[in-house]
Amino acid sequence: MGSLWGGLDDVQADAGYDADHPPRMGFFTDTSVCIGCKACEVACKEWNDVPDDGYLLTGMSYDNTQELGASTWRHVAFVEKPAVDLGMPTVGPPRDADQSAASGDAGIRWLMSSDVCKHCTHAGCLDVCPTGALFRTEFGTVVVQPDVCNGCGYCVSACPYGVIDLRKDDGRAFKCTLCYDRLKDGQTPACAQACPTESIQFGELDELRERADRRLAELHERGVDVARLYGRDPEDGVGGDGAFFLLLDEPEVYGLPPDPVVPTRTLGSVWKHVGYAAAAVAGLGVAAFSGRRR
Amino acid sequence: MARGEAPMVPDVEFESYYGRQIIKTPTWKTPDVPLYLFLGGLAGCSAVLAEGAALSGRPELERVTRLAAAGGAAAGTVALVHDLGRPERFLNMLRVLKPTSPLSVGSFILAPFSALSGAAAASHVTGLLPRLGRLAGVGAGVLGPPLATYTAALLGNTVVPAWHEAHRELPFVFGGSGAQAAGGLAMMLVPLDQAGPARRMALAGAAVEIAAAESIVLRRGLVAEPYQVGTPGRLMRIARNGTAAASAATLLLGRRSRLASAVAGATYVAASVTTRFGIFEAGLASARDPKYTVVPQRERLARQDGSAKMSR
Ligand code: SF4
Ligand code: SF4
Repeated sequence: MGSLWGGLDDVQADAGYDADHPPRMGFFTDTSVCIGCKACEVACKEWNDVPDDGYLLTGMSYDNTQELGASTWRHVAFVEKPAVDLGMPTVGPPRDADQSAASGDAGIRWLMSSDVCKHCTHAGCLDVCPTGALFRTEFGTVVVQPDVCNGCGYCVSACPYGVIDLRKDDGRAFKCTLCYDRLKDGQTPACAQACPTESIQFGELDELRERADRRLAELHERGVDVARLYGRDPEDGVGGDGAFFLLLDEPEVYGLPPDPVVPTRTLGSVWKHVGYAAAAVAGLGVAAFSGRRR
Repeated sequence: MARGEAPMVPDVEFESYYGRQIIKTPTWKTPDVPLYLFLGGLAGCSAVLAEGAALSGRPELERVTRLAAAGGAAAGTVALVHDLGRPERFLNMLRVLKPTSPLSVGSFILAPFSALSGAAAASHVTGLLPRLGRLAGVGAGVLGPPLATYTAALLGNTVVPAWHEAHRELPFVFGGSGAQAAGGLAMMLVPLDQAGPARRMALAGAAVEIAAAESIVLRRGLVAEPYQVGTPGRLMRIARNGTAAASAATLLLGRRSRLASAVAGATYVAASVTTRFGIFEAGLASARDPKYTVVPQRERLARQDGSAKMSR
């Protein structure tokens, strides 16, 4: 079954692969250089033959894609925030607005970020999938097998990031495969290939983590104190993400959970309490028949 | 918000992406899944009553509870299969057994329970193969309590805040609610002189259910709010009042009046159904509002920060 939470040096071995499996591959998405061109969204749709999910104008922002889902495997978020601190009460440490990547336009600060499935070390979706449709690949990524999925929807409620979803007309679950087919051919995933600014970087996870640490130090040196890595820490609630990010604001500003935890982390407590309750029900049954005759 | 409803927790400030939800709303359908939660509890606890009835020689009680166990399991299976995006692939549930997936474990409880309770009921009704029928009934009786409570693991082992944070209490809510439903149904359909165990099971189940549901509200802070406000809050209150009224009627008149027993039993069953819909809807409400995802996680981070500073 493998381990349920905490740091994990070799996810593939934990999932039962032999020692000669390929290294764990992933994405490092450096949002500080993202220009919001959506080349990644388009490349992903094209390569993976993902159907359209409606041509809607949200009216809320330039973001008409809205969210990740069964037919959106890359999603570019557009955050518009006043560049000046309005003194609004917020949760978390106070921030210095001047330090961010301010565009200077009309006092608006633009943040863009290409979101994607995190390919978690401890993936809630994979843990709860009752059919085995979701599996860990030899590259350490998490992929759905459409020919096995029966559309139970359990994965949808077990993803702490709100990534995977059922496709309505099809009934089955879909999400980013980290271009499993391209990886097997030694190629770069379509989104990373298409990204003109190298905001999306693909590679061996260990190497990406070092690269991200260097980039963070560089930004901090330049005074961009708001830069922080998200999903980089192998000791976080999902054991670290296979696809992690450099952000310029709090995660929730981008629609990301600030402290995601895989639900299976409390699996022991869940089954223990079910066990107690089942024993209590059996006890009720015995008690109901003891004593008085009618 | 309807009259008389005040949020138990003052409004909190938090940031979000245009107010959009972070986790996905569960794709499980109403009424399929809440009905399944109810039917599993009814069937599981009825199987327990059936074995007791057989052992203590209460043929009327045995007949009703055997049929309730078999019928509840069959109807529950239909609801569960109907909820799937690809119902024709239901059998894929039995491809693997995964302890990390309560739905997988549950399928391996539901499938044998359905077969055993069905066989026991068939044998009881037709009089064929009585020994094997009893043996099947014992098997169903053993699987009954897990069937009635595992559904709480199904909800608890998700990232849906109102369900996950209540994972310690939900098994008792579901087990108690199942006992109340099984006892209630038997109170409706079984003559008074054989319904004693059903009454006692319903009363005790109702007490467990109310205590566990109240403890969610008392102990789980912000994420318990969806159980108190809006539609789910209303459902939870209706269920609690119905359960309490049924218990009062059972205590006062349950042993004397056939009519009172039947009405109280029906109220128990209806309250049990309502509880499942309330809990289900509370989960959906907690998924739709980013507040329930962001604020508790922020508080958790602040606590970790605080303790890290303390230990420095
Ligand atoms: S982000 Fe969600 S869908 Fe992706 S691997 Fe993690 S749990 Fe699964
Ligand atoms: S919907 Fe498909 S992939 Fe998701 S948990 Fe169910 S069977 Fe697995």
